[in-house]
Amino acid sequence: MLRFVLTRLGILIPTFIGVTLLTFAMIRLIPGDPVELLVGERGLDPVRHAQLRAEMGLDRPLLEQYWHYISGVFQGDLGKSIVTKQPVVEEFFTLFPATVELSVCAMLFAVALGIPAGILAAARRGSVFDHSVMGAALTGYSMPIFWWGLLLIILFSGILGWTPVSGRISLLYFFEPVTGFMLIDSWLSGEPGAFTSAVRHLILPTVVLGTIPLAVIARQTRSAMLEVLHEDYVRTARAKGLAPLRVIGLHALRNALIPVITVIGLQVGVLFSGAVLTETIFSWPGIGKWIIDSIHRRDYPSVQGGILLIATTVIIVNLLVDLLYGLINPRIRHQR
Amino acid sequence: MSETAQRLAELELAQAPPHPLREFWNYFSQNRGAVVGLAFVVLVLTVALFAGVIAPHEPNEQYRDHFLVPPVWEDGGSWEFILGTDAVGRDIFSRILYGARYSLVIGFIVVALSLTVGIALGLLAAFFRGTFEALVMRAMDIMLSMPSLLLAVVIVAILGPGLFNAMLAIAVTYLPHLVRLTRAAAITELSKDYVVASKVSGAGMPRLMVITVLPNCLAPLIVQATLSFSNAILDAAALGFLGLGAQPPTPEWGTMLAEAREFVLRAWWVVTFPGVAILLTVLALNLFGDGLRDALDPKLKR
Repeated sequence: MLRFVLTRLGILIPTFIGVTLLTFAMIRLIPGDPVELLVGERGLDPVRHAQLRAEMGLDRPLLEQYWHYISGVFQGDLGKSIVTKQPVVEEFFTLFPATVELSVCAMLFAVALGIPAGILAAARRGSVFDHSVMGAALTGYSMPIFWWGLLLIILFSGILGWTPVSGRISLLYFFEPVTGFMLIDSWLSGEPGAFTSAVRHLILPTVVLGTIPLAVIARQTRSAMLEVLHEDYVRTARAKGLAPLRVIGLHALRNALIPVITVIGLQVGVLFSGAVLTETIFSWPGIGKWIIDSIHRRDYPSVQGGILLIATTVIIVNLLVDLLYGLINPRIRHQR
Repeated sequence: MSETAQRLAELELAQAPPHPLREFWNYFSQNRGAVVGLAFVVLVLTVALFAGVIAPHEPNEQYRDHFLVPPVWEDGGSWEFILGTDAVGRDIFSRILYGARYSLVIGFIVVALSLTVGIALGLLAAFFRGTFEALVMRAMDIMLSMPSLLLAVVIVAILGPGLFNAMLAIAVTYLPHLVRLTRAAAITELSKDYVVASKVSGAGMPRLMVITVLPNCLAPLIVQATLSFSNAILDAAALGFLGLGAQPPTPEWGTMLAEAREFVLRAWWVVTFPGVAILLTVLALNLFGDGLRDALDPKLKR
């Protein structure tokens, strides 16, 4: 197992360095003067321009600039936002919990619905239920989620008036963030109605962001179950006269879940892509909306730092999924 | 004598394997969803080609007396604007017909770009093992560590918003899968006897790559290409929606949705129809792609 962990870590380091090279290069590839891009002003006074250039080390050789950049990264210094003048790292971690909260809820929603739907569809292969689940999954997979979000707003916020249109909680409530997770904070605040308000705000974004993972998980669970149900040990279990529920729930499911877990892990990147769109539709104050707003505001230090932090998060989550996968599946662990 | 020859020919004909295309169609047409998907794709293609003839109005013509007219079956709708008009009085039906052109062109260009570069890099990586291969594959790993839409957004941030840059960005995000797929398939083929035979009889490197090995790697690449086609339409629409793809007043479906966002609670038709167009087109392409995969995948053939 140690060997397995070390190999995975070994792959991680060059990938991380590659990502830093990419974000480092990005600011230099954008047309225009990097000093002006990083300060966010145009037509700088030449004296000040030279001074800033020296200050940011942009007059040094590229290799030295990169060294300067990467040592800053390791000290948690990713520069300051042009718009708010706040350190990028601070902004990122203020907004990060909102995205995590939304993503976790979306994933729970997708897993809670997708796995049972996939199992039932496989157990009743060829039935009307199977066909409807697979049809719905293909539709979900083909869904432009930004449009899906708008449709749900029309129906549930516009026509039925059940859910709010945007934000994380009603403006009536105000309390100091403790954890940054609105569900927990609103619970802790003890204000009557705050928690319900947070839940109501969360429902539509969760459904929208969870739609594609739900479709993928349902499809994957079904096909993994169908594959396992043909195995000899399942036939043996059936021949022994075990109850169908026990065969499916215990013997088949445990082995079928292995590819499903991989797929769930792979959805983390998809979730981030989806979060960009979902947060934009629902004005959800998270990382995705922040990155897009930063691009529109030409706030390049924020874009640069944000991209690096998101990529790092995805790399770490993928590593954890890999390790978890090795833990539950010895065949992977012992592969050379 | 001639009678025998004729009978022999008949026998041969009866035993000859069916033409590959015919065999493919036999498998493909068993999948009803795939055939429906194909039919819809052909419909979209026709609409795109003849948008100028079918569309009742110019896509960017603004009718100043007809802002936010509802569709024909609602109160206040008229046959002049079947699906209603948007906030500046443009006919939504005509814009959707013209939008089909953009979506198909986006799909074609993205797939062509990423296939060309992806196959080239994949083949080179398979033929030149070692440092070059390691460099290419590591670069692909790095690209995969970024959420795809985010990578596209970064590239658009560098190049500047616009339809062409958006297509370029999306094509880049599809590279890793194609490179990996090509490389893996090519490496498997390279160890086979027919490749060795071709090498021994003196085939040069380019011939080996393109004429000997590549045709045998195509099946998974074709499937990936159809699936990329539908994804490209979705991603381009998403970039358009974020204001980073096609710019207004282009009748691109995602851009139309971005413009319609603020009317979401006042005029449902402005938001609904462009999205229906995206969903149906992508769904049809995915159905078609699934059918293609089943028909081309020898493992599933009985």
